[in-house]
Amino acid sequence: MSIDPALAFRGTSLTFANGTRALHDVDLEVRPGEFVSLVGPSGCGKSTMLRLAAGFETATDGSVEVGAGRLGYVFQEATLLPWRTVARNVELPAELAGVPKAERREAARDAIERVGLAAFAKHRPSQLSGGMRMRASIARALTMRPELFLFDEPFGALDEITRQHLNAEVGNLFARDGFAGVFVTHSVPESVFMSTRVVVLRGQPGEVAADLPVPFPFPRDPELRYTAEFAALASEVSAALRGAEQEVPA
Amino acid sequence: MTAVLEAPAGTEAPQAKRPRRRPAPLRVLAPVAVFVLVIAAWAASSHLLVPEASRFLLPPPEAVVAEGLLDPVARTEILTALWNTVQVALCGLAIAIVLGVLVAVVMSQARWAEFSLYPYAVVLQTIPILAVVPLFGFWFGYEFGSRVIVCVMVSLFPVVTNTLFGLKSVAPAEHDLFTLHGATRLQRLWKLQLPAALPAMISGFKISGGQAIIGSIVADFFFRQGVPGIGRMIDVYRQRLATEELLTALLLSSLVGLCLFWAFDLLAGRVDRLHGKR
Repeated sequence: MSIDPALAFRGTSLTFANGTRALHDVDLEVRPGEFVSLVGPSGCGKSTMLRLAAGFETATDGSVEVGAGRLGYVFQEATLLPWRTVARNVELPAELAGVPKAERREAARDAIERVGLAAFAKHRPSQLSGGMRMRASIARALTMRPELFLFDEPFGALDEITRQHLNAEVGNLFARDGFAGVFVTHSVPESVFMSTRVVVLRGQPGEVAADLPVPFPFPRDPELRYTAEFAALASEVSAALRGAEQEVPA
Repeated sequence: MTAVLEAPAGTEAPQAKRPRRRPAPLRVLAPVAVFVLVIAAWAASSHLLVPEASRFLLPPPEAVVAEGLLDPVARTEILTALWNTVQVALCGLAIAIVLGVLVAVVMSQARWAEFSLYPYAVVLQTIPILAVVPLFGFWFGYEFGSRVIVCVMVSLFPVVTNTLFGLKSVAPAEHDLFTLHGATRLQRLWKLQLPAALPAMISGFKISGGQAIIGSIVADFFFRQGVPGIGRMIDVYRQRLATEELLTALLLSSLVGLCLFWAFDLLAGRVDRLHGKR
């Protein structure tokens, strides 16, 4: 029995109006229950792939098929509206969809609890730390009950400790909800820790350079980072990444 | 850390409260000190530099207060005229704000609207108001409505440009967020662009407030007909060489503009706090 992919790039290319070639002939399938990290040098089109999946951009060649109905998207910045409290930010998607007030409040409360921000629901974003803002942003995406969850390098601006905590928590969400995840990152350890598969892209324009399975079971213990197996896989990803970078003219 | 809130396990503490705004003493004392210095310099110039015979050209501050403010006839005359001027200005400003925000919203919704309207918004700003005022007198008469039109004309531009700037200043990621969730144009405008534009809009209102008062005075000054405002009184005092009353009228007009500015500043402070900026 074959499961329809949650997200599929088929011969996808994207050339911007100004002539910049962002992606070239990319083939990639993400199935339900997979968590795929995209790593690659800056400007290789990782984020562009997410933007295509979310419909912010349209492929100029090939296709992007989104099999999953409900989409969650976590942006690079927390992207919270500063004049709204955490709770009102988290209920925004449902508000835009016209969900009745009581129902969306309830859903927002649940999501905020799941990311451990219950005590801060009434706070404004400016009163929160960077890590807490990102939690609120994840809670907002969770209210969509996503089947396909896209993360556009969400933890890049956070300190290492906060980042590791959030890595583990997103891992737990994945283990519990079983969505299909696509996670863009610059960090090799993060990509290995989070994923069931690491896809290395080379650019520019972006192409798939390597596709490596990550066999560790979920839920994953943060200590996994310090095992020999983890180190071996991380060095394999690093090698693929170096290979991808060398092909880009400086 | 001074944070009183308990952070969830594993996150860093929330940011400590930002320091409050500057303590009131300095905010009040500094401008008061400047005021005292200016008054002292004025008094000194009047008493020491101007010969007694021509002192009417620059009467000292105490004479201005005595003849302009304490004299009941002059005071009533000036305050009545000023009130007429202020009514015209506030009415014009209110219309300029509503109209200006509407025009900016239309411009923000379609490029063709922006391209076709913007040059004329600029023309409003560059047209010599002195030349237009008599024309408005011919066309619309010399009463309240005509004066309000002058005020709208001189105060519209800052509202339009600042609001448009604010509406367009929304971060691309925030637009993506609204796109992702299938927001309608109206939702995007109402829940994202207008709230984001609010601080810039209020900056525009601050400038427009002063413009509206000047517009009201200029219209009155050149109309020389209809219910007299402070502009007409200024002209009358000028002809009478009543410098004390002239200065009183001038200073009180500025004070009204200043109060309007303060009111918007207060509003701006509230909005900034709402946006987490102060």
